Amino acid sequence: MGELTRWEQLPAAGVVTPDDAPQPRTGSWRTGLMPSVDVTQCVNCLLCWLYCPDSAVTLEGTTFTGFDLDFCKGCEICAEVCPTGAIVMVEEDTP
Amino acid sequence: MRELLTGGEAVAHAMRQIGPDVVPVYPITPQTPIIQTFAKFVANGQAHTEVVNVESEHSAMSAAIGAALSGARTMTATSSQGLALMAEIVYIAASMRAPIVMAVGNRALSGPINIHCDHSDSMLVRDSGVVQLFAENAQEAYDLTVLAPRIAEHPDVLLPVLVCQDGFTITHSAEPVELLPDDSVRTFVGEYRIPHSVLDVREPTTQGPFAMPDYYFELRRQQAAALRAASRVFAEAADEFALLTGRLYSDLEEYRLEGASRALVALGSTAGTIKDVIDELRSAGMPVGLLKLVSFRPFPSSAVASALADVDSVTVLDRADSPGGTPALHAELAAALYGGGVDLTGAVYGLGGRDLHPADIRAIVTGPSSAYVGLRGESCPV
Repeated sequence: MGELTRWEQLPAAGVVTPDDAPQPRTGSWRTGLMPSVDVTQCVNCLLCWLYCPDSAVTLEGTTFTGFDLDFCKGCEICAEVCPTGAIVMVEEDTP
Repeated sequence: MRELLTGGEAVAHAMRQIGPDVVPVYPITPQTPIIQTFAKFVANGQAHTEVVNVESEHSAMSAAIGAALSGARTMTATSSQGLALMAEIVYIAASMRAPIVMAVGNRALSGPINIHCDHSDSMLVRDSGVVQLFAENAQEAYDLTVLAPRIAEHPDVLLPVLVCQDGFTITHSAEPVELLPDDSVRTFVGEYRIPHSVLDVREPTTQGPFAMPDYYFELRRQQAAALRAASRVFAEAADEFALLTGRLYSDLEEYRLEGASRALVALGSTAGTIKDVIDELRSAGMPVGLLKLVSFRPFPSSAVASALADVDSVTVLDRADSPGGTPALHAELAAALYGGGVDLTGAVYGLGGRDLHPADIRAIVTGPSSAYVGLRGESCPV
């Protein structure tokens, strides 16, 4: 909803559509670890994509391509569910 | 088509004709005949509805919200403790703007536990933001149920509508009811439409979002406006309904108020008894009338004030007490008539199914009345 809106201008019941929703870059919430993938071990099972709570696993069509670090909170679930060990958590590069 | 039906059966017929997609419901006296009759229609293939046998009224209302917001026309029914158990979710249904139509067979709240009529169950959800319509008899219960989806689903309203009928007095009493042809009802209610389906993956939405102090107040204000809009939408739908049936509904009914110096105000089946007494007293030359509220929420304050503008004294009959305060209908009348100089009194009657006899009504009209009419023993000054 961005800027504060008067009640008459709000959609009924405050329903939020993707265009209305602010998209704060929650990637800034990571506290030191980020996912890293060894693509040679990836079997494209897409479990990481299915489990990621922030939709931060990116695909091209149905093929795994990597991570959207703007929204990855570093929860490690992808590394946990990866059946081949292709995803590991690594120290974040500090700029 | 005229049939001998109880109020419960009449509403079940209205449901069959409306043909809701989903009816999540839990049985409770005196609502049970509604869902029992409707479930029989579904079992016989006369209605194509998913009847969901849930484990409680809390679940019934929760399932109703999910169904209504996914794009399914949804109805349910309850009474008393069932409405009390639903109450938490009734507020949420209103705030999520879920156009659910609910039949209420009014019954006293516990305790002591009781199965008979009063309006304490409806009054419990008075401020939940839902539309509340009260029927006087089985015909009105049927007609208001047919009107209800038109009010609930209007884009300016999108709120639950409760069609309240007095438990046993209406739900279980058979009387001739004029039913519309099935296809007239279907045409009248039209297709079910909501702005956003929660199941629409092409246009995904977040519904029922958390609202912090920066938006909660705005969303409550919006709900209040939607409930007020229901008054206009009711009038528009009622006009169209009158063309079909010859029966014109309004948010209130003025009965012999012309030239009346004294008026009673009431909700529900008691209005029928009062009308008989008023006819009798009018024949005896007493200038008395009745104002019956059909719509308790939204409350038609200015229409009430103009209907009673020329009346000297008014007694409001409440079928639910507000211990330690002013009963709900009486309080509404006090607000609507404030500053008009009318002599306004109130009386609580009929709690837990206590009958209100014509003699009681005569005593109220001719006064002095008591604050609790029909109670044994002492007479309390109003």
